[in-house]
Amino acid sequence: MASLREIKNRIGSTKKTKQITKAMEMVSASKLNRAQTNAQAYEPYTRKIREVVSGIASGNSGATHPMLEERPVKKTAYIMIFSDQGLAGGYNANLLRSFMDKVAARHNSSDEYGVIVLGKIGRDLLQRRGIPVMDEITGLPDQPDFHDIKNITRLAVNMFGEEEIDELYIWYNHFISAIQQEVSETKLLPLTDIGEGAEAAQSYEYEPSEEAILEQLLPQYAESLIFGALLDAKASEFGARMTAMSAASDNADDIIDDLTLSYNRARQAAVTQEISEIVGGAAALE
Amino acid sequence: MSTINVNVVTPDGAVYDGDVEMVSARSQNGELGILPGHIPLVAPLSVGAVRLKYESKIHLVAVNGGFVEVRPDSVTILAESAETPSQIDVERARRAKERAEDRIERAKQEEIDYQRARLALKRAVTRIEVAGE
Repeated sequence: MASLREIKNRIGSTKKTKQITKAMEMVSASKLNRAQTNAQAYEPYTRKIREVVSGIASGNSGATHPMLEERPVKKTAYIMIFSDQGLAGGYNANLLRSFMDKVAARHNSSDEYGVIVLGKIGRDLLQRRGIPVMDEITGLPDQPDFHDIKNITRLAVNMFGEEEIDELYIWYNHFISAIQQEVSETKLLPLTDIGEGAEAAQSYEYEPSEEAILEQLLPQYAESLIFGALLDAKASEFGARMTAMSAASDNADDIIDDLTLSYNRARQAAVTQEISEIVGGAAALE
Repeated sequence: MSTINVNVVTPDGAVYDGDVEMVSARSQNGELGILPGHIPLVAPLSVGAVRLKYESKIHLVAVNGGFVEVRPDSVTILAESAETPSQIDVERARRAKERAEDRIERAKQEEIDYQRARLALKRAVTRIEVAGE
């Protein structure tokens, strides 16, 4: 059995760890709140832009745009949203695992795909597994701005336009609740399902022309989808971290209870031993 | 006088929401005036100030690109960013203007840099103009 002092030290260090996890839990809870507010504020923008885009796409005109057309897939790009910090439970690991499974099933060689990665942890994970990384963004703020990811969205949309890639998917943890996140894969480009579910197409006048509008609108739409996914992923991240940290605090409590029990037991044993030594000594004197 | 509902929406939420008598915006093909009952229209906007006329007062909103969607009873402007006069940091816009002018001077040989600087200048000038300084 460990000595009294050893047990006491362990109780002390576990208590300190618990303080940290408790603090991180509360910080994540408030960040989660902000992230959800952001996602809500963003909602009208995507809804509106989607309305207009599907209005045009489902219109009777024959307007086309490269971003709306499927072509034979030679190279696929994936945008993956990880976190910059760890301590978020299975947040990063789950995403990576599903991705690896999917990639193994879908591609024969690493020439057929590339990843645009957000988040330090994700970058390191992917590099360690030898997955081709096309570009990376790290150090994103907790409340990201539309401009923070502008480079990535531009890059992805341009690569598609220049036919360097023929498909673009985005992978992230979709936020369901603070204790539940779901890995989700969404096809961003080409935009094939856009006309579906559109309300009875309003017949718009297009100034100057439908092609010109699509030219500007579709990249903006794709960018808005990526940004929406990022906001969603941020909410998931804080939710995952909050849950992980709350579990860690609970575990710390359990450990402290156990240790306190063995501490008391050891102390009692020491006291008993001392008494029996004294009694034994006194008996020997008589 | 009849009015039309105007919504200016950005990724950070709605910037303006209200009923006005007339909207006037700068599309990429030129100035665009919208009165209630306008036919449905979609047009891309250039960087500039959108003027909203209401009770003979004119409200300005600085809009950074995007596009406008018009329906007979509503106008929606979707832009990457937009600001009402009270949201504009004039000092920052001034500094951005100087920076952009500087870059234009230096970067005339490089086409891309020049374009970006010109857009930045336009945004800064629009902000200063809308803030009314």
